Amino acid sequence: MSGAHPTFTGNKALQIEEPLLFEIGEVSKTGVDLIEPDAHDKRLGGLERKKIGLPGLSEPEAMRHYVRLSQKNFAIDAGIYPLGSCTMKHNPRLNEKMARLPGFGDVHPLQPQSSVQGALELIDTLAAWLLELTGMAGVAMSPKAGAHGEFCGMAAIKSAQLEKGDARALVLVPESAHGTNPATAALLGYKVRDIPARDDGTVSPDAVKAALGPDVAGIMLTNPNTCGLFERDIVAIADAVHAAGAYFYCDGANFNAIVGKTRPGDLGIDCMHINLHKTFSTPHGGGGPGSGPVVFSPALAPYAPLPYVVRQGDEFVLVETAGAASDANKPFGRLTAFHGQMGMFVRALSYMMSHGADGLRQASEDAVLSANYVRAGLRDVMTQPFGDQICMHEVLFDDAFLKETSVSTLDFAKAMIDEGFHPMTIYFPLVVHGAMLVEPTESESKASLDQFIATLRDLVRAAKAGDVERFGGAPYHAPRARLDETRAARYPVLRWSPETPAQAAE
Amino acid sequence: MRYLPLTDADRQSMLASIGVQNIDELFADIPAEVRLKELANLPRHAGEMEVERQLGAMAARNMAASTVPFFVGCGAYKHHVPASVDHLIQRSEFLTSYTPYQPEISQGTLQYLFEFQTQVAMLTGMEVANASMYDGSTACGEAVLMARRLTRRSNALLSGGLHPHYRDVAETLSKLSNSPVNALPGDPLGSEDIIAAIDEETACVVVQSPDVFGRIRDLSEIAAAAHDKGALLIAVVTEIVSLGALKPPGEMGADIVVAEGQSIGVSLNFGGPYVGLLATRQKYIRQMPGRVCGETVDANSRRGYVLTLSTREQHIRREKATSNICTNSGLCVLAFTIHLSLLGEAGLMRLARINHANAIALADGLSAIDGVELLTGNFFNEFTIRVPGKGADVVEALAEKGVLGGVPAARLAPDHAGLDDLIIVAATEVNSPDDRAAYVKALREVLS
Ligand SMILES: Cc1ncc(COP(=O)(O)O)c(C=O)c1O
Repeated sequence: MSGAHPTFTGNKALQIEEPLLFEIGEVSKTGVDLIEPDAHDKRLGGLERKKIGLPGLSEPEAMRHYVRLSQKNFAIDAGIYPLGSCTMKHNPRLNEKMARLPGFGDVHPLQPQSSVQGALELIDTLAAWLLELTGMAGVAMSPKAGAHGEFCGMAAIKSAQLEKGDARALVLVPESAHGTNPATAALLGYKVRDIPARDDGTVSPDAVKAALGPDVAGIMLTNPNTCGLFERDIVAIADAVHAAGAYFYCDGANFNAIVGKTRPGDLGIDCMHINLHKTFSTPHGGGGPGSGPVVFSPALAPYAPLPYVVRQGDEFVLVETAGAASDANKPFGRLTAFHGQMGMFVRALSYMMSHGADGLRQASEDAVLSANYVRAGLRDVMTQPFGDQICMHEVLFDDAFLKETSVSTLDFAKAMIDEGFHPMTIYFPLVVHGAMLVEPTESESKASLDQFIATLRDLVRAAKAGDVERFGGAPYHAPRARLDETRAARYPVLRWSPETPAQAAE
Repeated sequence: MRYLPLTDADRQSMLASIGVQNIDELFADIPAEVRLKELANLPRHAGEMEVERQLGAMAARNMAASTVPFFVGCGAYKHHVPASVDHLIQRSEFLTSYTPYQPEISQGTLQYLFEFQTQVAMLTGMEVANASMYDGSTACGEAVLMARRLTRRSNALLSGGLHPHYRDVAETLSKLSNSPVNALPGDPLGSEDIIAAIDEETACVVVQSPDVFGRIRDLSEIAAAAHDKGALLIAVVTEIVSLGALKPPGEMGADIVVAEGQSIGVSLNFGGPYVGLLATRQKYIRQMPGRVCGETVDANSRRGYVLTLSTREQHIRREKATSNICTNSGLCVLAFTIHLSLLGEAGLMRLARINHANAIALADGLSAIDGVELLTGNFFNEFTIRVPGKGADVVEALAEKGVLGGVPAARLAPDHAGLDDLIIVAATEVNSPDDRAAYVKALREVLS
């Protein structure tokens, strides 16, 4: 199973098997030198802890353990990571350096405001850039990720309607929406009403009108949508929504396609979250942290949550309580203990300043150009669910081209791993059969795109030629072969425990 | 533009391959009347040096914790993080990857998630933990929702010792989903009778220990009383280092433990990103919010890890999901895990002893000043003092003397009576005897 020449260790040169921390560490060992304090009478109320069971590692062991783990990960820095809807663009290291300046990284959220004027200025400056780029009236900076931003926006909608005594029960969500949209609506106690897409993959104003009614609080629409298309009737949709007394929430996960090209504020949108970890390049970090500021129209801006920063002359003031808010503002509450993802704000602003108005627009144009280039390179061999039409920053394929083969979308993705690529997003959006959503971003060179296209063409050729082995057992060359997800879910083992020592890696 | 690899020649040839004349054709679906013709009213692109200069100037206008005697806590703590932690988390393979959707090429992330979940379970004394929430406050809000699902009751009872911002988050979430919350008033003297407030409608009792004023609470009786009425106990920990010294909530009957993990591995960052911990009993895992990593085997029977139990999550369950969370605290989880691996039990317990000893020394020093009263009898590394006058004014005056002396309790909860003259003070291993002496001297001067 380990190839022609199995090794004693099970290692394969640079691929080194690594046990769990709990199998190599020792409870008595520590990699941090601390000086034992002088004897003191404890004041712990008799609730002292005797043991924990946590193993420790010396620093060299810890370095080796985590470096070896790192070598089992794919990453943007290692190759194209065309994960649709996630905007896996290059993460500039200047941003990391800026976020670590002690004046940003080493300040406490509850220091006296006089001691953090520069930090408040940074938040205010980033807010101003976001407002200029979106053409909106207000912004909530505290949401911690996109989904948190969705909650923030929908909370503002609910609060605005409740204030008018206009409680509504339904939210419209297209079937192609990301799962966080319906989940957010449900969190706020709304029922979800699906709206279908038309044949070209976009939402028609008529379908929205047919679904609207006095009980509809609003619509959650992604634009550009999850099929990679710009909702070309968005202005008419917004008008219809407003005419029915409802609000328009835009999922801004795909903002990277349109920065500097159009402004959500001009499209009739009432609120939209921006994933700083997508559009503005804050690193995805293996799953987070993100940051999801929400921009608001004039109608919703007063409901933005606490805390927020206002500028008064030369001074920046953090408004932390409802009592301190100005009369015009009616914050709906608080979303998190502190002021949001400051570390991400610094990185995002560093990215924006580096690009400037010209670079930001160029980045969006390059992202859209690259996605269309991939589309053009594959349109004769792969299939698009809504026909071959111009896409935004991501191109969506379905599995129709695999129909006569025994290869599934999953198999196709796993075979890409062997070729040294991270697969695209698969099986999302749910409305498209065997979906493959490719988002190359603006960070790829033409040579990189060409190699990607050529590889996918070869995979299609192999699938059609009946080379099932290349797909069925893939990946062959990754640190692990396909993992048994059914077993993981059926017999959940969510932690190491001393009683049932896990089987050692071969 | 240094971040954009395409040249103008590339762009031209790509447009030709696509079969369009110019870039505008690719944006034709944007209605012409809303398509921007001009560049945004923002500066043009800038080199590294220019950006560093501008952001450096903003950074310089802040008083960094490491440059002054520093005693601010209340949910975020200044601790020393070993240099190796920040080095490791900046490795490309960790920094520039995403959620491990393709487990075969994400075993690095998945294995540290599994290690993290185990560490969190051990620390809190619980059976299982998830792969993180945004921060302690959102973890707390989600735990309340989880308890409502588990008990099919809606009332949440919040202790007056709960961090007021955590209370606000839970109240905001509840108010917007029409669920009632009974938040007891701020309780600096530890006099509330929370057990008396539990009844047959109570879904959960939320108690923080050490509480926001620093007081250590024995949760056992509250847990028993809650269980007696069919309610769950949610224990909240905002200073995770305290679990190196204190009996964990899991040993006192907690059903869900939520915590802020920032103290281990993560810098202060002016409030974020941080890392929310959520641990519970095995029997409750199907109502747990957030991602979770599980062990399995690959096609060659080798041990490996995957994200699992995803039928709880939004991408599968949509409006029936246990939460809407997607992106979580990934890299902060890694920092936590590495720092805690370096500490180990021996290091963590010693770190906790140092924190406790430093807090005792500071509490004794401050309470020896005329007019200063120590309100907290049992505490870990944080306590509350009463000062003559307004706490906020005293903290501001201390800052002018270059000492960041704590958080005025009234800043957190201005609507609660009786907090105006209170300051919540934290001490950690970073405080030297000189720092403490500087604080005592400055406070004496401010009050004289
Ligand atoms: C279309 C869309 N909406 C919302 C989200 C949720 O964003 P986050 O993961 O930051 O919570 C995502 C992210 O994956 C997304 O792709």
